[in-house]
Amino acid sequence: MADIDLARSSVRDLNAALHRLGMDTNETRWRVRNPRGQHSVAVGLEAPVTVEIDGHVGYYCAGMNKDATVIVNGNAGQGVAENMMSGKVWVKGDASQAAGATGCGGLLVIDGNASARCGISMKGIDIVVKGDVGHLSAFMAQAGNLVVLGDAGEALGDSIYEARLFVRGKAHGLGADCVEKPMEDRHKAELRRLLDAAGLGREVDAGQFRRYGSARRLYHFHIDHAGSY
Amino acid sequence: MTPPDEDRWIHTPPRKSATFDDAAIAEIRRAAASGIYDIRGGGAKRRLPHFDDLLFLGASISRYPLEGYRERCATDVTIGARFAKKPITLKIPITIAGMSFGSLSARAKEALGRGASAVGTSTTTGDGGMTAEERAHSSLLVYQLLPSRYGMNPDDLRRADAIEIVVGQGAKPGGGGMLLGQKISRRVAEMRVLPEGIDQRSACRHPDWTGPDDLEIKIGELREITDWQKPIYIKVGASRPYYDTALAVKAGADAVVLDGMQGGTAATQEVFIEHVGIPTLAAIPPAVQALQELGMHRKVQLIVSGGIRTGADVAKALALGADAVSIGTAALVALGDNDPHLEEEYRALGTTAGAYDDWHEGRDPAGITTQDPVLSMRLDPVAAGRKLANYLSVLTLEAQAIARACGKSHLHNLEPEDLAALTVEAAAMARVPLVGTDWIPGRGRE
Repeated sequence: MADIDLARSSVRDLNAALHRLGMDTNETRWRVRNPRGQHSVAVGLEAPVTVEIDGHVGYYCAGMNKDATVIVNGNAGQGVAENMMSGKVWVKGDASQAAGATGCGGLLVIDGNASARCGISMKGIDIVVKGDVGHLSAFMAQAGNLVVLGDAGEALGDSIYEARLFVRGKAHGLGADCVEKPMEDRHKAELRRLLDAAGLGREVDAGQFRRYGSARRLYHFHIDHAGSY
Repeated sequence: MTPPDEDRWIHTPPRKSATFDDAAIAEIRRAAASGIYDIRGGGAKRRLPHFDDLLFLGASISRYPLEGYRERCATDVTIGARFAKKPITLKIPITIAGMSFGSLSARAKEALGRGASAVGTSTTTGDGGMTAEERAHSSLLVYQLLPSRYGMNPDDLRRADAIEIVVGQGAKPGGGGMLLGQKISRRVAEMRVLPEGIDQRSACRHPDWTGPDDLEIKIGELREITDWQKPIYIKVGASRPYYDTALAVKAGADAVVLDGMQGGTAATQEVFIEHVGIPTLAAIPPAVQALQELGMHRKVQLIVSGGIRTGADVAKALALGADAVSIGTAALVALGDNDPHLEEEYRALGTTAGAYDDWHEGRDPAGITTQDPVLSMRLDPVAAGRKLANYLSVLTLEAQAIARACGKSHLHNLEPEDLAALTVEAAAMARVPLVGTDWIPGRGRE
């Protein structure tokens, strides 16, 4: 296992080493120590490797990740896994604002809580938050799934497009054009798949969740809906 | 009793209000009938202080000129040498501004790439991602990172020659992108991960950063993802150019793109275009001042856009301190937009050649601002690209002619001292003397 100590090496050195890896690399396991809240740790990865980070990271950890698995044994700052394309990012602590922002694919799991705007403008990513999410989560969410085991803050799913939101706890208010929708068997099956992927398949009952999505009233401007904007 | 021949003086002739003029009244009626604000493309159409209000002071006894066709006047500019490992060098200081696939057809994007590449300059993507056509036909391609992040991905980020973080644009500083359902074709929808045919209104703020401190960290992330190879620009709509330029430098930009209110958009509210932001002329000096005070003039490049039409405009922008200019509307006109030979079709759309700005409707007879497969086939990307290359060459030759007349061996040697202003307003904004005087309004107050 490759071992990088960020007390001795720079984030630049770490990312450069990870970017040099080919798709068929044998160096598939990496451990990063002493991140000390630094930003942009393990960003832009393309190789199917596992990077385990012991400690807290700053902004944009695992940004634009492709294929790699990034595990944060700590808390993550703003924009963790932003614009992720594929792979898996697992935050064992809490995550700050804009977790999984604009993510296009892959799976983001947050064991703790996620702050405001979790899943903002998500474009296909799956996000599972075991705690609560803050206000304006899934704002303008286009595609993908946001699963929240705890509560959701105010204005959940504001101006949402086609993303699906599953909340087990209480949603403290829905944003413009976001409505509760029926939880059909196919949605429960999709939710179970997501819970399984997050390692929660046996612990959590998919039947306890409510589903939210777009009423699609704002897809075309109409003066009678102007008050929703 | 009034004599018969004096009757005509009894009734006052109709008098229209200067405040409630025909345009204002027509807009009130339109708003009342439709219940929606007017949406259009392009930039501010109102008369504004502009480069036309400046003149060059050609060489005479106190200065000597360069020979027009014999002595060299260089035009190259390098962008991004502050931090990027691979800065880009343009042969001419005129770039093609960001315009999205979605707002423009794929063939129009190809034509822009062909034209720009032929003369050694760059094109820019837009709010919709990078198409294979524009990458293939653009030797230098700037990839925009916008609030919507439509089509954003790390592969295209690495394929780009430079990255432009779009904070705003001159037509609508503080506003987000807009593309109405008529232009959200299947391909456009797929690139943006949106349902086909819906009205698309982009966010106006970036989703994962707020303010200059965050922006600095965001730039750091982009540099890490691309291994510090790509120049990173920050584009702002002109509103507070002094502060925005200073903050962009502080955040770590390699270049600042400053777009005045004459800069075009694919679509937004008319009220936004005409009433938010400041003219290009007024925006340049404060931005240059910020760069100079930070010791970053010519180190962080300033690219100015919004209303550039001629080589004189190019030369004036550079004389005021810009390193390069960018064109959008003029490039579309060069491709064939608003061509009088399509007048019959423009009239059928309720407009006339030269005034057509309903680009959001996707019915462009010239086949440029459309996703209609039949209309878009009207544009020959090879021929249109050649016309753009011709136009860019003319702009360059014109700017060189002026620079030589001022005795400059490089366009960048043009300076405010070469300029005078025709109006008090332009003198104050451009910070050059009123013609025939040494008076710069406001000078001495700073």
